Amino acid sequence: MSLVQVSAQAEDPKPTVLDHIRLRAGSIAIPLGTAVSLLLIWQIGVRLFEVPTYIAPAPTDVLAVFTNEFALLMRNLWPTLIESLSGFLVGNLAAILIAVAFVHSRTIEKAFFPIAVFINTIPILAIAPILVLIFGAGMTAKVVIAALICFFPTLVNMVRGLQSVSPQALELARILSASKSEVFWKIRLPSSLPFLFSALKIAATTCVIGAIVGEWIGADVGLGALIIDSTFNFRSPLLYATVFVSSGLSVLLFTAVSVAEKLVIRW
Amino acid sequence: MPVQRLADIADEGPHQDMASRNVAACLSGASVKFGSFTALEDISLEIGEGEFWTILGPSGCGKSTMLRLVSDLVPAATGDVEILGKTTEAARLAREFAFVFQDATLLPWRSALKNVELPLEMGRKRGLKIPMSDKSPQDLLDLVGLKGREDALPHELSGGMRQRVAIARALVCKPKLLLMDEPFGALDEMTRDHLNLQLRDIWRETGVTILFVTHSIPEAVFLGQKVLMLKANPGRVKQVVDIDLPSEREIALRETPDFNRYCGQLRRLLEEC
Repeated sequence: MSLVQVSAQAEDPKPTVLDHIRLRAGSIAIPLGTAVSLLLIWQIGVRLFEVPTYIAPAPTDVLAVFTNEFALLMRNLWPTLIESLSGFLVGNLAAILIAVAFVHSRTIEKAFFPIAVFINTIPILAIAPILVLIFGAGMTAKVVIAALICFFPTLVNMVRGLQSVSPQALELARILSASKSEVFWKIRLPSSLPFLFSALKIAATTCVIGAIVGEWIGADVGLGALIIDSTFNFRSPLLYATVFVSSGLSVLLFTAVSVAEKLVIRW
Repeated sequence: MPVQRLADIADEGPHQDMASRNVAACLSGASVKFGSFTALEDISLEIGEGEFWTILGPSGCGKSTMLRLVSDLVPAATGDVEILGKTTEAARLAREFAFVFQDATLLPWRSALKNVELPLEMGRKRGLKIPMSDKSPQDLLDLVGLKGREDALPHELSGGMRQRVAIARALVCKPKLLLMDEPFGALDEMTRDHLNLQLRDIWRETGVTILFVTHSIPEAVFLGQKVLMLKANPGRVKQVVDIDLPSEREIALRETPDFNRYCGQLRRLLEEC
């Protein structure tokens, strides 16, 4: 092998690594650049046409709220976070348990599935006031609303997941004389996990919506309450900042579920 | 892929001694019905312990149904099936037989080794006494040539490797009867040849009785001591053909006149079905 060949071979992988970095940088830089440009256009537009702040605040106004009113935003984030998380846990746990009951017994499924569908068809905005009347202005009503909004997608997915076992896997279990509980724990439940996680990802964002809708109806703390309050007081920069915090909360929960999924489901 | 040639260590074994044979599976006048459809009719067979039977027949002749009948997955409508003198249910509970499906049917979240161990974990709650092979699950993976891949998940393995995991899993409870339903049907020619050799070696070493369904005539001749030809509508025994070829079988055997004579004979039989 000549020296030229050696150096050619040594240099060969270098550009590909660089290309790779360039590609990665591009996939981050392009959407980021677009977002920054849009913010810039927004900023210039608002200043150029002298739009009043209460109609549409400039990005810098919103940013100012983040620094000045940080304590206020955080104080209202906590209740919403707790309500969302509690609703997420309660709603999904109920959905999982009911899904297990459905798969276990056709009769239970026949009896309760239509009711579950019916509850799901009531718009959450319509049922929220009823729940606030029942459970009062405290956190309970918000947790129930958040739970309710998570419930149905998880129920449907979990039932499908538990039924997704291949007929051959069940025949294998029969040949091994496996008991019903062994089939459940060793075959059905693991099979359902990919389905469960896709439902949990939906629930991670909808539970925040549920909590905020609950807070609109009647609450003095929470992001939902802050949204209503800042709207009626024409504090638009605060309103925008609250909206950003709300979506940040959803993103946080979604990311947490995605990370958990990566750790649990390796197949 | 490393071939583990167990034939080199295994001697001629008990398979040659046909005179004093015990019966591994006995079907007497067995039939299977699905509603008004008769899948199998009046099947009477005696399968000796340690024998290697391959089952051929036109599609829809009930080849798979026969394995499912023997393995207690479908009941006999009439007649009787006995495995080692027990009912199929008793044999199932005692793990006298194991089943290898066409697709490997591994649990995707379990590693290769954990999949092999699955039969040892199932049936415990019923208080079954689960027999264990004298080979550990790890040894069995080595036996099928998967040393070093025990932690791999099924999706990280090729089709042939997955099927080998399934074979190791079938052997873990030391079955006396191995039921195989077109296990190599979905594999490419090379992998299939390779696994055919490996299966012959496993059979010679363990002395297990094998019932092997295939739709490949050369595979049936290459593997089997006896070929059971079924005919369709309804599924009945057409003929049992003894394959009188040396027990030491290499791929080159397929080029010999004897081998091709058997293939021709079976092809003509199949056309009559």
